[in-house]
Amino acid sequence: MGRKITIEPVTRVEGHGKVTIHLDDYGNVTQTRLHIVEFRGFERFVQGRPYWEMPVLVQRLCGICPVSHHLAAAKALDVIVGAGTGEGLTPTAEKMRRLMHYGQIFQSHSLHFFHLASPDMVFGIDGDPATRNIIGLALKNPELAVQGVMMRKFGQEIIRATAGKKIHGTGAIPGGINKHLSIEERDEFLKGADPLNADRMIEWSQAAVNWFKDYHKKNRDFIDNYAVFPSNHLSLVRKDGAMDLYHGVLRAVDPEGNKILHDVDYQDYLDYIDEEVRSWSYMKFPYLKELGKSKGWYTVGPLGRLNTADFIPTPLAQKEFEEYKAYTKGKPNNMSMHMHWARLIEILHSAEMMKELLIDPDIVSGELVTKGEKRNQGVGLIEAPRGTLFHHYEINGKDQVIMANLIVSTTNNNQPMNEAVNYVAKNYMTGQDEITEPMMNAVEVGIRAYDPCLSCATHAFGQMPLEFSLFNSRDELIDFRRRS
Amino acid sequence: MPAGKSILIYAYGNPGRQDDGLGNALVEALGPWIAEQGMDQVEVDSNFQLNIEDADNIKDKDAVVFVDASIEDIGQFHFGRVEPSEGRSEFTLHSASPAYILALCIGLYNRHPETYLLQIRGYEWEFQEGLSPGAAENLDAALDFLKGKIESGDWN
Repeated sequence: MGRKITIEPVTRVEGHGKVTIHLDDYGNVTQTRLHIVEFRGFERFVQGRPYWEMPVLVQRLCGICPVSHHLAAAKALDVIVGAGTGEGLTPTAEKMRRLMHYGQIFQSHSLHFFHLASPDMVFGIDGDPATRNIIGLALKNPELAVQGVMMRKFGQEIIRATAGKKIHGTGAIPGGINKHLSIEERDEFLKGADPLNADRMIEWSQAAVNWFKDYHKKNRDFIDNYAVFPSNHLSLVRKDGAMDLYHGVLRAVDPEGNKILHDVDYQDYLDYIDEEVRSWSYMKFPYLKELGKSKGWYTVGPLGRLNTADFIPTPLAQKEFEEYKAYTKGKPNNMSMHMHWARLIEILHSAEMMKELLIDPDIVSGELVTKGEKRNQGVGLIEAPRGTLFHHYEINGKDQVIMANLIVSTTNNNQPMNEAVNYVAKNYMTGQDEITEPMMNAVEVGIRAYDPCLSCATHAFGQMPLEFSLFNSRDELIDFRRRS
Repeated sequence: MPAGKSILIYAYGNPGRQDDGLGNALVEALGPWIAEQGMDQVEVDSNFQLNIEDADNIKDKDAVVFVDASIEDIGQFHFGRVEPSEGRSEFTLHSASPAYILALCIGLYNRHPETYLLQIRGYEWEFQEGLSPGAAENLDAALDFLKGKIESGDWN
């Protein structure tokens, strides 16, 4: 008798996801699907609103990465107000935005690694869910847990200082920024009481990379063989090929490292990228038009970025990048668990970038805003913590938004996450005739590597809240488990 | 309130989602009142969500009152003591519960404040700023209650 297993988080206001795994009469996995709700309602909601409201309004989307939406919207509106497509801002405006953005990357990556991913590693993916969380980590490795907390706090304070406040920050405005960093704020970040200063953040970031590499040496089979599959990879890169998380051109490479999107202007993204609708999912499936729906899907986020970039423009992260690339002999890395390694290198890069920006005099003085000839539409892209984030707006003669298109990072990773679930399910669930904790953990860990923003669902600590239902081939419920 | 006792009133929620901003609205109203009363030892703050760094933010306080919106049928509001727990918040928009933050504070620093949760009943949760009429009434009632608690220093 064929069976269908459903892993379903408790419904969320902002979105929810579930995993269905289909088994045949012999216990073989025949099909897996990851279903996620996305933000289409919001795109309709903003229609008719004045365009200048967007950078603040879009922060209503989500309490997890409001800064990324804030900056992507501001970048799109830079184009609309005639401030250029990334190079036209004043030095102060661009550097303040970059500081805000690297603070966001730093805090978000720190949260994910120390408090979602590292417990899986410290306690094992089949560890007791009751202790496989940050509190359990605090008891077993308090130094690591405290470092994670303070790194997250440092990034949050950077955001507060650059965005103006913690909730609904107003720092980025169309054409620029609305404030400098004060000299007192700058000095506090550079020379503040230990541990909340830039040098300590760099030191701890380096230690986190080293911690992972040590873990990798001892757990090579798990890290290298868990959810491995060939993928294309896409991200922004700087025009010279450097990693750039704030601005650049769009590049994609295939699983062998051949360029398949050649550093194009993202204002033209619709010429290169389309989204497929599948009847069983609310979330669309983006793909590169040239390769088509079945072969054109791609991975974004830390793994994608380290696969597309030629180098990292800060010394410590570049040294780690070279070691990381050497591990795959320069070829793209398609090992899902290496997403964590890539994420940690980005944490180190962000820490270095924050210090570099903090000592730049443009942060505390200089012109704030640029304006030019107004246009009726603009596209803003940014490398959000989870991957490339697209904001596209069109306005009418009354300055009202008449069209909004958002492709969020998790949507870009829709197919890769489905591939990861499929890989894990076939390896861990084939032949199983009952729902077990290790089975659910294995699926979760595969998804979690991508740090998906199922809004709050996956940022619940310890484990995702899940309902687990087992159906027979006639869709009759024959088993049910709930993890809470 | 005992002299010198440091207190943090800490709200969390997304004011861009209607009544989810109840806690934030309470803090906005409470801040000026605390200043008028000259209560230097009472701080107010708010954020989208509770998160791990809040364990560090509360560790040196004598008492903390978290303020949250509630979708549950609790009357106008509910006030109660928080016990440490690794369980998550059941409400949808938050990353961690007060009980989780308290447990993390203990796990990290081996100390903790007296911790309370003031929940205020909300009704509407769409992409919109401003409270629903019913939530605004509940906010007034909760605000009066909390002012009384702060003035009396009797948290039980």
